[in-house]
Amino acid sequence: MNEELLKLNKLCVDYKVKGGYLSAVKNVSFSINKGEIFAIVGESGCGKSTIAHSILHLLPEHNEVIKGNIYFKGSDINQFTEKQLEGIRGRDIGMIFQNPLDSLNPVYTTGFQVAEGIMLDNVSKIDAWNRVVQLFKDVKMPDAEKRAESYPHELSGGMRQRVMIAMMLARMPELLIADEPTTALDVTIEAQILNIIKELRDKHNTAVMLITHNFGLVAEVADMVAVMYAGEVVEQGTVYDIFDNPKHPYTTLLMKALPRKTKKEGRLQTIGGSVPRLTENKPGCRFENRCPYAMDVCKNQDPAEYNVTDSHTYSCHLGKEVK
Amino acid sequence: MNDSPLKEFLSSCYKNVNFMIGFIIVLSIIILAIFADQIAPYGYDEAHPQDILVGPSSQYLFGTDNMGRDLFSRIVYGTRITLKVALIGAGLELILGVTIGLICGYFGGFWDRALTFIADMTWCIPGMIMALAVVTIIGSGLTNAIIAIALVGWASYARMVRAKTMSIKNQAFIETGISFGESSPSIMFRYILPNIIPVLIVTISMELPGIVMSTTTLSFLGVGSQPPSPDWGLMVSEGINFISRGPWLCIFPGLALIYTVFGFNVLGEGLRDLLDPRMKSQ
Amino acid sequence: MSEPIIELNNLKKYFAINNGVLAKNSYVKAVDDVTLTVNKGEIMGLVGESGSGKTTLARVILNLTKPTDSHVTFDGVNLSKATRKEMKKFRTEVAVVFQDPASNLNPRDTVMGSITRPLILHGMSKKEADKKALEALEQVKMDSRYLNSYPHQLSGGQLQRIAIARALVLDPKVMILDEPTSALDISVQAQILNLLLDLQENLGLTYLVITHDLNVIRYISDRIAVMYLGKLVELGTTEEVIDNPKHPYTMGLMAASPILNPHERNREKHLMQGDPGSLINLPTGCHFHPRCPYATERCKKEVPKDIIFPDGHQVNCFLYDEKNKTTSEYTG
Repeated sequence: MNEELLKLNKLCVDYKVKGGYLSAVKNVSFSINKGEIFAIVGESGCGKSTIAHSILHLLPEHNEVIKGNIYFKGSDINQFTEKQLEGIRGRDIGMIFQNPLDSLNPVYTTGFQVAEGIMLDNVSKIDAWNRVVQLFKDVKMPDAEKRAESYPHELSGGMRQRVMIAMMLARMPELLIADEPTTALDVTIEAQILNIIKELRDKHNTAVMLITHNFGLVAEVADMVAVMYAGEVVEQGTVYDIFDNPKHPYTTLLMKALPRKTKKEGRLQTIGGSVPRLTENKPGCRFENRCPYAMDVCKNQDPAEYNVTDSHTYSCHLGKEVK
Repeated sequence: MNDSPLKEFLSSCYKNVNFMIGFIIVLSIIILAIFADQIAPYGYDEAHPQDILVGPSSQYLFGTDNMGRDLFSRIVYGTRITLKVALIGAGLELILGVTIGLICGYFGGFWDRALTFIADMTWCIPGMIMALAVVTIIGSGLTNAIIAIALVGWASYARMVRAKTMSIKNQAFIETGISFGESSPSIMFRYILPNIIPVLIVTISMELPGIVMSTTTLSFLGVGSQPPSPDWGLMVSEGINFISRGPWLCIFPGLALIYTVFGFNVLGEGLRDLLDPRMKSQ
Repeated sequence: MSEPIIELNNLKKYFAINNGVLAKNSYVKAVDDVTLTVNKGEIMGLVGESGSGKTTLARVILNLTKPTDSHVTFDGVNLSKATRKEMKKFRTEVAVVFQDPASNLNPRDTVMGSITRPLILHGMSKKEADKKALEALEQVKMDSRYLNSYPHQLSGGQLQRIAIARALVLDPKVMILDEPTSALDISVQAQILNLLLDLQENLGLTYLVITHDLNVIRYISDRIAVMYLGKLVELGTTEEVIDNPKHPYTMGLMAASPILNPHERNREKHLMQGDPGSLINLPTGCHFHPRCPYATERCKKEVPKDIIFPDGHQVNCFLYDEKNKTTSEYTG
């Protein structure tokens, strides 16, 4: 049942910058099983998008150094040639992004752009078009036939995101990487898109890697959660582990910073200080300067990973003592 | 960490090859203009009747013309005219273009449509023909030639300022300013203008060569500077009559002009790279 | 009894769209017939999706754009007929903070310059203004070493604090906050929300908070107003609107909004279908009828009137038409 699909092992991504390296992602390990919605959650600049893009080697700057292993169905993507990567992109692993307008070509109809992907598998034009209309219906596009003949600028943000999902569905990948898929959308549209993603998982057992800064989305759809801070996964577990029983000081504080109550029930928790610069690659816990429980050992030694349960782990020197 | 923006800017200026070349050329012209009296061996209208049309020599570096005037001295004095043209011409275009552009972009509506129409009209007529027409009406002379060029050239500033104003005026800090009581002139000159200045500087330095060239052309055609002014355009025009006996009469003023225009051009390109990184990437 | 500070009666703001020389102009009804009173010392939350007209409403209240019909009454003064002096006073009494931290401040002005500008504009000397600016920075818990920084050198949270400090210097009565935390991370959002609440309590301010985030609005506001396509569809106390929403749109919005608790994920949800719609091609009758699960023939033809329940809960929907009659009979 718990069939492992994607496994990251000590993934590190460094960017070359003026006078050294910026460690954007450091020693990230986790695995995603088939049919699982795995959320990577964190604040801006924590490296969550970098992970998503490094899996398919789609980092735009081309000045990155990727270390560690990315196993997809047992083979290490990091050793793949560009040709092998092209075979995986879209077919085995699909991606959708925050701003669908950037990913759609403005001079072709949306239906044509989806059909193109289908025709890569030697499908005839007519069959491909019928399939497109069916896909548009699957993603609950209103007036599917008409919308397939529309250009991207004629559609609303929600409809464009549906086109992106249809495009991705056309190749039926086993893993969907969704990078802030609903951030630009209104809440009612966001809920519709999330429903489509959930249905996809339920019907086709697709695994979803959901990258977001919105804890609301995580609470609504995720099965597993990895919390990231400054390029590291500080805690991971089931969504209930993270929300009900957070262990790492960062997660604990963040949970209390969420506006889940009314002002009559008191002020929100805040976290003082700011994220350290990631260019100084020194050992020690990266949350040390903001942590209320910081000790001397936190300054110069990387924290080890502790298991709370089989599924729930966190990296902190406090070990089992945090309440 | 707290490097002042000015210091940062100066250090990037230093590294920009275009900017440095342009800066050195323009600086050399400015120095020539200021110290013309010391640098030029003779006065610009000092005739040497015994040395008519003498070729370049150690006594007359660039030779003499048909009246025995030292060409080198005239070219050195000519820098003053060139700089005057550049400064006044650009200044006039700037005042006209910025005021009109700001008003159009900020208020919109009728005046915007009317002034944009006029600006479009000035673009329809070839600039030189229109400048000639203007000079014919207001009379010849260097100052009038500059005015004519400015009347033709303000439209490009106005367009640029208008477009920029329209994009800036919708930003939150403008609305916030109005909400605590800023007046319209204050919004235009205190909030919008400072945010346009970098692009404005770039536009000026790109337009300068054009202004110099156009005014020189008017002088060459005889409706700009009048003799015995050491205007380079006028000098080329006078030298044409003696082109076979004294080709240096046209070559040296021409080279001076090329040197100046080249200087302004690369300075403009350097400034564009420095002040507007977005344009560079395109 | 609470004292009103902002009063809107059937306020309208239409924008004309030019359809060419010969065609008739059509209108974008960004704010259509909105009646709303904000009381002194309360935090009013205004919720709506993109295109609901909530930002236009804020701009009308700020007198940044003139209403098409009716007027804004601020502290008893009709702003459409205000004298120069009254207008000048109004400008010091209402302050605004917009969403985008990066464009809230003049990029060419220092922090000090931005904060002192309103004071100097209203006749304070440079020296006094500097002193006042330092106090304001202290109020928003910012270090004075940032005084000579330029906006591009600061983080989003810091910029938003400075925008709040600038809003505070004129000792306003009302602050309009347009999505004040939408561009910020959770930990920074918590800091800004706490700060806003502290200031409101200490200085007795009135807030009009505009946002699309129901979690934020529930945390911060006393009353909530819900807008849909230019119309105010529901108004009530935070508890009433959140726990007992009456308008089908509010119900749909509640169902769609993510709840920050995974145990709630399997709750019954009636998700709204369709897009929020556009202000250009407005539906006839009730603007919400194409998406409304309870829509009847009447909703397509007639425009519903506001119905006010005895507890003050106000809703713009035919569903409560008869019920309301019976309740008023009941109470009357």
